Amino acid sequence: MAKAQLTVGMTIDGFQLEERLHRGGMADIWRVRRNDVDFPIIMKVPLLDFEGDISLLVGFEVEQMIMAEVRGPHVPRWVANGDFAVQPYIVMEYIGGPTLLKRYFDRVAPVSEVITIGIAVAAALADLHDQHVLHLDLKPANILFRPTGEAVLIDFGLSRHEQLPDLLEEQFHRPTGTPDYMAPEQLFRVRSEKRSDIYAFGAILYQLTTGHLPFGRPARMRKVRRRVWRDPVPPRNLRPETPPALQEIILRCLEPVPDARYSSATDLLFDLRHPDLVELTERGLRTQQSDWRTVIGRRLRVPIMIRNILASATKPPPRPPIILTVVDLRPDLEELRQALLETAASVLANAPGARLACVNVMPTALIGIDENVDAAGENIHVQRLAELRSWAQPLQLPRGKVSYHLLESRNVAAAILDFSRSNHVHHIVIGAPMLGSYAGKVVAQVSAEAPCGVTVVRSTGDSGHAGKPD
Amino acid sequence: MLIALLADIHANREALTACLADAENAKVDRYVFLGDLVGYGADPDWVIDRVAAMVEAGAVVVRGNHDAAVANPSEGMVAEAQVAINWTRSRLDDRQKMFLANLPLTVEEADRLFVHASACAPHTWIYIFGAREAEQSLMATNRRLTFCGHTHSPALFHATAMTPAQRHLPAEGKPTPLLAQRRWLAVLGSVGQPRDKNPAACYGLLDDVRNRLTYLRVPYDADLAARKIRAAGLPEILAARLTLGI
Repeated sequence: MAKAQLTVGMTIDGFQLEERLHRGGMADIWRVRRNDVDFPIIMKVPLLDFEGDISLLVGFEVEQMIMAEVRGPHVPRWVANGDFAVQPYIVMEYIGGPTLLKRYFDRVAPVSEVITIGIAVAAALADLHDQHVLHLDLKPANILFRPTGEAVLIDFGLSRHEQLPDLLEEQFHRPTGTPDYMAPEQLFRVRSEKRSDIYAFGAILYQLTTGHLPFGRPARMRKVRRRVWRDPVPPRNLRPETPPALQEIILRCLEPVPDARYSSATDLLFDLRHPDLVELTERGLRTQQSDWRTVIGRRLRVPIMIRNILASATKPPPRPPIILTVVDLRPDLEELRQALLETAASVLANAPGARLACVNVMPTALIGIDENVDAAGENIHVQRLAELRSWAQPLQLPRGKVSYHLLESRNVAAAILDFSRSNHVHHIVIGAPMLGSYAGKVVAQVSAEAPCGVTVVRSTGDSGHAGKPD
Repeated sequence: MLIALLADIHANREALTACLADAENAKVDRYVFLGDLVGYGADPDWVIDRVAAMVEAGAVVVRGNHDAAVANPSEGMVAEAQVAINWTRSRLDDRQKMFLANLPLTVEEADRLFVHASACAPHTWIYIFGAREAEQSLMATNRRLTFCGHTHSPALFHATAMTPAQRHLPAEGKPTPLLAQRRWLAVLGSVGQPRDKNPAACYGLLDDVRNRLTYLRVPYDADLAARKIRAAGLPEILAARLTLGI
């Protein structure tokens, strides 16, 4: 499998090599060009003499397979794979740097930036997981950003597609992944757990917040195992201004047992987008690691702990769905709101663990433009939020299971649809006051374009004349 | 070219009809029957005639153990299979028996091998359930791709020169790239008597240009096929298992 030396100006399968951008330990990155491709592209060429290290051969094979499968803004657009027997390579879209690693090398990020970056990366992860792909080597060096802000995940050499053969499964006797960010179950060679990526995400956010890795940079495998029984120093200890909600999110991601983490990247994304709604526990507030008694107890229970981790990692996580209700707060719709409430209650009863998002959309025109704007606008906000809370109050939902959102938009339907898409809503419950009205058109557009199921509610009192406004 | 791979039809007219219709919809260019056209089911004569007509038109077919047992009563079989084969024999005319008797054990074309069971001593009908049997079969051929049936449970094995065979449970409807640097052994599920707890008929589509294999499931009227088995007086278990996929 000896390959000719690659040089500037050479052409491989129609791709002309223009410049070597990077020489890595495992692969070279070349800027290349081909006339039929109208966006900037690079060619990743593995360096190694494959006979030497079989794992690198397989890693490149995995990356070729996965890159050809994944789509969308959160991965580089794939162009072509090179035949192993001739010259293995992957040609893909060029995403400009710097990586998250280079951006925050040796410095912490402002809290607001940690959240912004967290949202971008969690959205990328949710998209990847939706496509049945587990990254399994998520780290700052593998995260880039588009000029528009979307995070782009790269380097799929250790990844796994849930529906395709796992080429790495029985390949290695040592664990794969980067120890600094690796979830405990990965130490035991579990390669089918999406929540391993959530753990790595937590480690990345921890590092951005505190400037430290949650478990240091372990040199030996024995040290890596500490994460099974030792909790990390709370970010608030290292950086007191860390908001409790952010610490809660980070430490929940870093729970050793997968079931104790977020069940999906979508849920994680929701909390990052709405930190004020994060259900705070002792985890978010603590400023010290567990005391020595607790730690000794945990050390003694390590075998049980490992069993719990593995048991949790091999069964599918619970999927608490998000139910969105669109509440129209106009005064004459009391009956409809009551019907909406009853429907919401029955939908919730059939969706264990579900979270209810109560949404009201304010046409922007309401918030006027004269000098009382701000004051008036604020008042309207507060008033509407209070009304939303009071509407949902009979459902008696615990904190963390219900959230209230005011959306401002001239286009009511578009606002609802945007919210549903970006929060991965599972079901929309919306009231239809009358047919033919503006609200009726909103309902029609939401039902037509929603990314999920929609239940349209009419009040019984309404139904008699619902069809007659024209 | 798009190639449909159909294994273990077992005289199930309803299941075969449904799979062929599905394949036609997918614009299949070529059909390969991976053995066991008969046995268990109530329509052996119809299935043989249908497959024979397709072979006339260029389809490929290999012999399965039930096909062999029609001519050779000494083939070892479990009791209900034996009952079904004896019944099948009584239903076939000489031309149909001749068709079964003349089927080849293996067919090779390009980088592909078609066989009913293992490529290792195909006439001994070894079941490929695990990586060990898959490894054995892969060693017995120099073709890159092997397609077989016999187990009634879909599985896809892959191996490299340096790594042993690994088993993959194919996801329904998901095209899997048969990576060129690996060797692959595809055990298609069964058209006429699936046993992987999914009663839908199973068959495969190979796209030899894009080098991808897809396992498909086609729901069919299993109740009707079961009723015919009962009406023929065949063992009840052969009818009952169709609707359960066991």
